[in-house]
Amino acid sequence: MSEKEYVPKSKAGKWFNDRLPLLSLASHLTDYPTPKNLNYWWTFGGILTFCLLTQIITGIVLAMHYVAHADLAFASVEHIMRDVNYGWLIRYIHSNGASMFFLAVYIHIFRSLFYGSYKSPREIIWIIGLMIYLLMMAAAFMGYVLPWGQMSFWGATVITNLFSAIPLVGDSITTWLWGAYSVDNPTLTRFFSLHYLIPFLILGLVVLHIWALHIPGNNNPVGIDIKKPSKDTVPFHPYITIKDAFALLLFSIIFAGFVFFAPNVLGHSDNYIQANPMVTPAHIVPEWYLLPFYAILRSVPDKLGGVILMFGAIFILFVLPWLDTSKVRSSVYRPIYRQFFWILIVDVLVLGYVGAMPAEGIYLVLARVGTVYYFLHFIVILPVVGYFEKTEPVPLSISEPVLSGSADYSMAKKDNEKI
Amino acid sequence: MDKSEKKTTTRRDFLFTTSYTVGAVGLGAVIWPLIDQMNPDKAQKALATTEVDISQIEPGKSITVLWRGKPVFLKRRTQEEILEARSVSLTDLPHPEKDEERVKSGKDEWLVMLGVCTHLGCVPLSNKGDYKGWFCPCHGSHYDLSGRIRKGPAPKNMEIPKYEFVDANTIKIG
Repeated sequence: MSEKEYVPKSKAGKWFNDRLPLLSLASHLTDYPTPKNLNYWWTFGGILTFCLLTQIITGIVLAMHYVAHADLAFASVEHIMRDVNYGWLIRYIHSNGASMFFLAVYIHIFRSLFYGSYKSPREIIWIIGLMIYLLMMAAAFMGYVLPWGQMSFWGATVITNLFSAIPLVGDSITTWLWGAYSVDNPTLTRFFSLHYLIPFLILGLVVLHIWALHIPGNNNPVGIDIKKPSKDTVPFHPYITIKDAFALLLFSIIFAGFVFFAPNVLGHSDNYIQANPMVTPAHIVPEWYLLPFYAILRSVPDKLGGVILMFGAIFILFVLPWLDTSKVRSSVYRPIYRQFFWILIVDVLVLGYVGAMPAEGIYLVLARVGTVYYFLHFIVILPVVGYFEKTEPVPLSISEPVLSGSADYSMAKKDNEKI
Repeated sequence: MDKSEKKTTTRRDFLFTTSYTVGAVGLGAVIWPLIDQMNPDKAQKALATTEVDISQIEPGKSITVLWRGKPVFLKRRTQEEILEARSVSLTDLPHPEKDEERVKSGKDEWLVMLGVCTHLGCVPLSNKGDYKGWFCPCHGSHYDLSGRIRKGPAPKNMEIPKYEFVDANTIKIG
């Protein structure tokens, strides 16, 4: 992959590198040619890596004090909060870290949607990314069960019962997932085991995600193919590393704001009540990052239909690269798609909002409209717009709009028209 | 296909097929224990029965007991409630079941059922909802006085567990 063959300067380095080319890898990562016009929406890959490592490190520490048993889990979490040195800090970083992780991943995904980063030749990067997203949701869900509060217990009950909608084998699968006849101690212990496993699976997929990225190279805000290395690229280090570091600093301020000033604002107070299989809380809501899917689930008056649509809402993203028929990647040059992109954002936010509200009255109507539009966007709007949209002229290189006197894309367009 | 070609491919095919088959059976034999260990264990299955004293329950009242980690509603219905449950036409029911099929004959006042919503497993609240029976707060399913689903996303009536009257004052569930 390296553009020029790397040879270590020292004799020892050469000896080692001939046997295991780690130094070549480091050289590739340092010199990796990156489009020079990457904006701050491109810094979330680095931020997400930081989030994953934060969750792994704080998680390993929490596992040293946590007890995965239905009778002891709730008390052990309180023990972490009250007795363990800095336990409150580590737990609040871990619980808010999950929310920060999802915040970053949603920005990362919508950046890809706006700039067409999922399109050829980057489909595999996109699909691996979605697999990471699915694993993140599984990890977050199981992690939320571990404190064994009321929301833990009833969230686990509702989500595992989704599988009972499967015809014929549904009930057997649900019992198998539980290891009991309801969510109980066996469920808790296996969730703990899997919750510990999944982050390392994610780490492996992250390596593949980056590997797949380094084959075609980064997409960029203009969305055109670039020669690398060329005057359109800069080496990853120090140009991108310093930009990523600055963005990470700003992100950490928001992160720390939640941890120190509003550590419970994203959680639910019912989870500070120990799990009680006899009483369901009046209003069950999942964590905020799952609300749009929860709204889709509840919008369907049929059990199996709701489950199919909810999973469909995620799995439709896997075929997105083939649903989008436009040759132009970046929305900067797609005047029609650009508007539908923002409507989709509003749609997902509305679904998230109604997911937190009771499933009745106006909220149910909104959820249904939102659900229909969500699928309409991917199944109808995306393929059709790609065919009929008249895209704006795309510059031949990243340098072009800059060298012609302005970084403003509309100026570049005018220049194009003169030619 | 001439004779010699047929001979060579047949022998190879046989070896490949038998190897793959034996390998697949072996792999399955190794994987099955790893899957089955997640099913309910002997300790879970041992919790299969619960005996409940019902002598203190007044007509119109109900109690909730835990059986296999799930709540079980035991409701002693009044005559009016029984009549109301039986006056419903089966065509009005998403999951048609007569009230008589859901209770033991001669013990018509006792409704014993799993207090688990058949939608996604929440515990419905009693004396709530549009049909005076139960209402599930999670996703809005309404059940009637026989625990039958009437409105909402739940597909089935609340389940009747296996139970029997040990004597006049005791019910054994399971």
